[in-house]
Amino acid sequence: MATRYTKDHEWVRVDGELAVVGISEHAQEQLGDIVFVELPEPGRALKQGDQAAVVESVKAASDIYAPISGEVVEKNSALEDNPALVNESAEDAAWFFKLRPADPKELDVLMDAEAYRAFVETLT
Amino acid sequence: MAEPKRTPLFDLHRELGARMVDFVGWEMPVQYPQGVLQEHLWCRAEAGLFDVSHMGQVHILNGDAPAALERLVPGNIVGLAPGQARYTILTDDAGGILDDLIVTRTEAGLFAVVNAGCRDADIAHLRAALEPICRVAELTDRALLALQGPAAVTVLTRLAPACAGLRFMQSAEMPVDGIPCRVSRLGYTGEDGFEISLPADDASRLARTLLAVPEVRPIGLGARDSLRLEAGLCLYGHDIDRTTTPVEAGLAWTIAKRRREEGGFPGAATILAQLRDGPPRRLVGLRPEGRAPAREHTEIQDRHGRRIGAVTSGGFGPTVGAPIAMGYVEPAHAAPGTPVQLVVRGKPLPAKVVELPFVPHRYQR
Repeated sequence: MATRYTKDHEWVRVDGELAVVGISEHAQEQLGDIVFVELPEPGRALKQGDQAAVVESVKAASDIYAPISGEVVEKNSALEDNPALVNESAEDAAWFFKLRPADPKELDVLMDAEAYRAFVETLT
Repeated sequence: MAEPKRTPLFDLHRELGARMVDFVGWEMPVQYPQGVLQEHLWCRAEAGLFDVSHMGQVHILNGDAPAALERLVPGNIVGLAPGQARYTILTDDAGGILDDLIVTRTEAGLFAVVNAGCRDADIAHLRAALEPICRVAELTDRALLALQGPAAVTVLTRLAPACAGLRFMQSAEMPVDGIPCRVSRLGYTGEDGFEISLPADDASRLARTLLAVPEVRPIGLGARDSLRLEAGLCLYGHDIDRTTTPVEAGLAWTIAKRRREEGGFPGAATILAQLRDGPPRRLVGLRPEGRAPAREHTEIQDRHGRRIGAVTSGGFGPTVGAPIAMGYVEPAHAAPGTPVQLVVRGKPLPAKVVELPFVPHRYQR
């Protein structure tokens, strides 16, 4: 299914039984050079809106929130070794974690790509 | 909130695609499209151009300006030869730091450059203490550019041949591309380089001329901060303020021998006692062992989890290639090599006390 976005600039894409989560291209641009990523451990139960991960640029740290509820089943360890991958491929190779959605209906409140693009435009 | 202030290079920053932020009431470039990391590395490899026109430029004239200023700072100002610059500190009666500044002896008196955030308070402080013996004049029609990095001298020599004759912490008036400037060989990056004080109306033209040189790229406040942190240089309002003394901050080297003997500066009793008996805490360099940066206010613990201080500046050092920080610790934990813990998001992470700077200075002495 299509990618959905939050107002906090996370994206989530349901792929079979799992949902893949990352941060948007706009978010990585705003953050600048990413030098550190902290990811949730598999097994952790997240509620929609919970603080789930941390990204740090040269200047500052930013919290990343769970776009939907669910249990973390995998984290993208490649980011821990190469945080700059977030700048190179935010919406693809640099996914943050996968979770098993608790309530797929939570996706309905999130924005589709077009709505998110319009939302980002209101910010600049 | 008052309207944000703008430097003479505001339009140029916008043209260059800078992201502008508020910095102590000034609308300043935090980064250009290149980004903080690349700007930082470029400055260490080639030359970076910084707009530091938000900083206060002050003339202290008439009377015996050096002797008068010594009533406010613990440095040796009387001993400065014309054209010599010195880093010094305005102290308060408790030995705290009101501001750090660079003072240059000129033919007419003294030329001082003070922090943007302290500008108004410093000038009021200088006026209250030095007038009417001296005249304190803020140079509001001047801009300040910094050209920093190993290629700075080559680049600037083409426009101002006399600049190559300056050594570190020397300063002279000279034309730069025909513009009357004061050029000083110093900076805030740990690299060789210059600060150029010039008429505000000429600033954009000189900046454009410098940026047309392939070795020169614009650098924002983001990389200015990471460069100075790697160089172990204090940032006012973070590593030093009215609650810290120069002895605690590792700035005892700015307190001249004669001044230690004679005193006669604000807070001398406290500062001289700390020089004699040791300070209650010391500013140290910190290297986290992992990749997680420890930011300002991060708690520093000993190996047993007892609080021994806090981080005052922390982030990622692009040249070091790892997180770096500075903070105050109890003197017993200040020796390089001492293992400590930094509490990041509730987790104690192993780190070590290290010598400052993190990246060796490359001044042309």
